[in-house]
Amino acid sequence: MLLQNEASRSFDNEFLQKLYDTFIYDDRYMYLVNGLKTTLIITLFAVLLGMVIGFLVATVRATHDKTGKLKILNVIANIYLTVIRGTPVMVQLLIIYYVIFASVRIDKTFVGILAFGINSGAYVAEIVRSGIMSIDAGQFEAGASLGLNYPRTMMYIIMPQAFKNILPALANECIVLLKETSVAGYIALEDLTKGGDIIRSVTYEAFLPLIAVALIYLIIVVGLSSLVRKLERRLKKSDRG
Amino acid sequence: MIEVKGLKKSFGDLDILKGIDTTIEKNEKVVIIGPSGSGKSTFLRCLNMLEQPTDGSVIFDGKDLTKASEKELYKVREKMGMVFQHFYLFPHLTIQKNLTLAPTKLKIMSKDEADEKAHQLLQKIGLEQKAHDYPSQLSGGQKQRIAIARSLMMNPEVMLFDEPTSALDPEMVGEVLRLMKQLAEEGMTMVVVTHEMGFAREVGSRVLFMEDGLIMEENEPQEFFSNPESPRLKEFLSKVL
Repeated sequence: MLLQNEASRSFDNEFLQKLYDTFIYDDRYMYLVNGLKTTLIITLFAVLLGMVIGFLVATVRATHDKTGKLKILNVIANIYLTVIRGTPVMVQLLIIYYVIFASVRIDKTFVGILAFGINSGAYVAEIVRSGIMSIDAGQFEAGASLGLNYPRTMMYIIMPQAFKNILPALANECIVLLKETSVAGYIALEDLTKGGDIIRSVTYEAFLPLIAVALIYLIIVVGLSSLVRKLERRLKKSDRG
Repeated sequence: MIEVKGLKKSFGDLDILKGIDTTIEKNEKVVIIGPSGSGKSTFLRCLNMLEQPTDGSVIFDGKDLTKASEKELYKVREKMGMVFQHFYLFPHLTIQKNLTLAPTKLKIMSKDEADEKAHQLLQKIGLEQKAHDYPSQLSGGQKQRIAIARSLMMNPEVMLFDEPTSALDPEMVGEVLRLMKQLAEEGMTMVVVTHEMGFAREVGSRVLFMEDGLIMEENEPQEFFSNPESPRLKEFLSKVL
């Protein structure tokens, strides 16, 4: 009994020591805090950039499908979609940093935002396009019959309906993007994952920092997912109303 | 007012309209009847160029619409109201906004003017208490009356009706036909594709029988229904009356 207590106490002590070494000593937890900050900044701005690109590309593609115009832009959009969706995001990141910006000194966070934004844009574009295509052709005709031209019909009639339909899918894309930014460390960007890895490399202790990193991602993703579910429920309600 | 000459429309190998010639005068109420697939709706949709004719011309207020620029077409459509079988109200907007969207976005009316006109029209059709409801809260008959009011917001010179009561429950057909009759009595020029023979007889100033992409017979309603000439019209009338 006493021995067991002794053993568990020493285990406790050892564990506490490890916790202390991993997170407290030398303010090592700041690697995680700063990393999280970087991850969130990259995700947020990449999402915004992705939305802008996605909506533009989707508009080009849908306009081409519906009216046959914008042929050249549509070809460009298709190439963009094929290349971005056909290659790993990590390779895209490396190419943008080491090839495109090879000779320029540039803020890595900016490179991260650019790479993940351009990548996300391709997926957002297909989500938005599916949203536009899901709207009854009659809505376009109703707009046209009232004298609203294609851009106006798109802006005031189609997009608001499409946006509502695809909101959950867009929110999910944000969640995916948050997790995908974890490869940012490959261009030595100190994001959350890299922060945990730095702690591991200085303490030679892998378990605690990596589990901590995983937990932080998990908490954010679970939190965001529950928000998405709430959003979906509210959208359904307004459909019935 | 609308002069149709040699109008043809094909979808691929399928010839829907095989040469339509007719003139619609101001204040006329032209009712088009005929079996399904005879090209009635396509003819109507060619009048405001929702379908681009393959051949022939549609001359509205002295302008050949088949040669008009896109910009001119949208201008013309402001003057040609269209009511669809499936209403095509804008589900994301309140009834009030459904009515005011086109005139305000096209800068034909100020917001106040549009609101005032919407109020008057809703009063006229007896739905002013629905102004702030959404389309999904309305019955089919109410939706179609709103769709008519939405077209009237633009002060059209002519109204095109594409089977306006075909999607309605039987008990709701009456309220829509009453409103259309009221419009006719106020002197609106109307082109109506319908299966409502009672309406054709009572309200029409001229009835067209279409079959197989051609106008087979036309006459004022009294003569049309009591002394049909062609055997095909006789057969058709014997089935629907």
